[in-house]
Amino acid sequence: MPTGQTASPPLIDIRNAGVFRDGKWLVRDIDLELKRGEIVTLIGPNGSGKSTTAKLAIKVLKPDEGQVIHAPDLRIGYVPQKLAIDWTLPLSVERLITLTSPQKKRDIEQALEAVGIPHLAKAELRFLSGGEFQRALLARAMVRKPDILVLDEPVQGVDFVGEAALYELIEKLRDTSHCGVLLISHDLHLVMAATDRVICLNGHICCSGTPKDVAASPEYAKLFGPRARGSLAVYEHHHDHTHLPDGRVRHADGSVTDHCHEHDGHHHGHDHTQTVKAKGESTDAR
Amino acid sequence: MLDDFFTRALIAGVGLALTTGPLGCFIVWRRMAYFGDTMAHSALLGVALAFFFEINAMIGVFAVAVLISGLLLLLQRRDSLSTDSLLGILSHSTLALGLVMVAFMTWIRVDLLAFLFGDILAVSKADIAFIYGGGFAVLLVMFWLWRPLLAATVNEDVAKAEGLRPDLSRIVFMLLMAMVIAIAMKIVGILLITALLIIPAATARRLSSTPEQMAVFASLLGAIAVVTGLFGSLRFDTPSGPSIVVAALGVFILSLLPLHIFLPSTARGR
Repeated sequence: MPTGQTASPPLIDIRNAGVFRDGKWLVRDIDLELKRGEIVTLIGPNGSGKSTTAKLAIKVLKPDEGQVIHAPDLRIGYVPQKLAIDWTLPLSVERLITLTSPQKKRDIEQALEAVGIPHLAKAELRFLSGGEFQRALLARAMVRKPDILVLDEPVQGVDFVGEAALYELIEKLRDTSHCGVLLISHDLHLVMAATDRVICLNGHICCSGTPKDVAASPEYAKLFGPRARGSLAVYEHHHDHTHLPDGRVRHADGSVTDHCHEHDGHHHGHDHTQTVKAKGESTDAR
Repeated sequence: MLDDFFTRALIAGVGLALTTGPLGCFIVWRRMAYFGDTMAHSALLGVALAFFFEINAMIGVFAVAVLISGLLLLLQRRDSLSTDSLLGILSHSTLALGLVMVAFMTWIRVDLLAFLFGDILAVSKADIAFIYGGGFAVLLVMFWLWRPLLAATVNEDVAKAEGLRPDLSRIVFMLLMAMVIAIAMKIVGILLITALLIIPAATARRLSSTPEQMAVFASLLGAIAVVTGLFGSLRFDTPSGPSIVVAALGVFILSLLPLHIFLPSTARGR
């Protein structure tokens, strides 16, 4: 077995898993190991199965093929992408934090302090702004002292400064509590900074590795368009494509495309199995 | 004391209101009012079947309500019609089926109005035993499963990820609802059970700042509505169910008036 390179078994081990709904595979051939102290970031366009993969990892969704294995007594802290609470439910931030398990008053205060909203403990959820609400959700997930934090776009609606601070907090949390983190993000710059491993999804795993590896991979460029690759390169202090005078773009591997965002967004209409097989081949046919 | 029919009705009604309070809150939070209505309407089919098989009406109602909610879950899985339409079909066809069945059974004399709108005269000592036994069981289960029920109401994925069983909560919730409908039938009647579940909860919303508070207030407000309604029913010789619902509506309207300006400002939240 290729596993066993490390002493500690993974917290979550997804093996060749797929989710089939309404006549199609939402994700397929997902292989993912998450270890203690590791931050793994999922990226991919809309509808690429990021949330599905996260739900697969925490066993909210059952795989229709393959399997998902959890370490025994795995404690999960989950921040869902959306949380619609009917206004008829009177829920304060404090009460939200104790939603799935009781918590000590001191721990709640500390968690709210950490996410920067200690003054909102008694505030009702429906009066919170988007950013405040996300912070409350993060506080709720972390107060449980989870073995693994699963965060589905945790900084949506948070302003830029707050975003950086929250990512720093997640990183600090990983360092102090040594938990694993599975993060879903659209935001490449800031996530990339703390993350150990990036997994690029598009119904299947397109490419994965260190942020640098993924940024350099042709699959990544194909999925997000060369511009994303450029912006990532800024972060890594390395440019790998050049804008030609005629508006076309030359990439590090010598290929030339018409413009930067030709492949932006959706990557639809592809037979995924074929795409998987094509992985590793040159992707610069265009 | 229990020999007086009115005392019996009062005791039964208050016991019922205490039970419907917390359950009604969940119906409001989960937006399941129409679902509750459907289960309640199916009660008449339960009554008819109970007559046919000569069993206790409450047991028949409970069984049919559970069956209907199970059927709904099954139909929802195969995405054919919207839940809305499915509920409409189940709700009215079970009610109609019940009415037709009762009409066929010419050998028994049934006071249909008593089943549809409640009848305080009909509350027996055995009914009180059922209401308190069943009501106590419902409250006990809700107390016991409060956290998973609430967590599943807020977000099923979170509840599931963090080790609570939302699927189980949903099933338990349906069973509780079936039970409450079965015991509420005699007092408020099949057509108005949902009102007793929803109106006190909706009234309690404005007065509460936690879910637990809302549940307790809903129970108390329901009890007030039952007592007022039953006295009105006795005084004006009106059917008990509608009288109770009218009383509940009165309390609801009162709660809409800007009375909170008399409260200290801290009670108003943020």
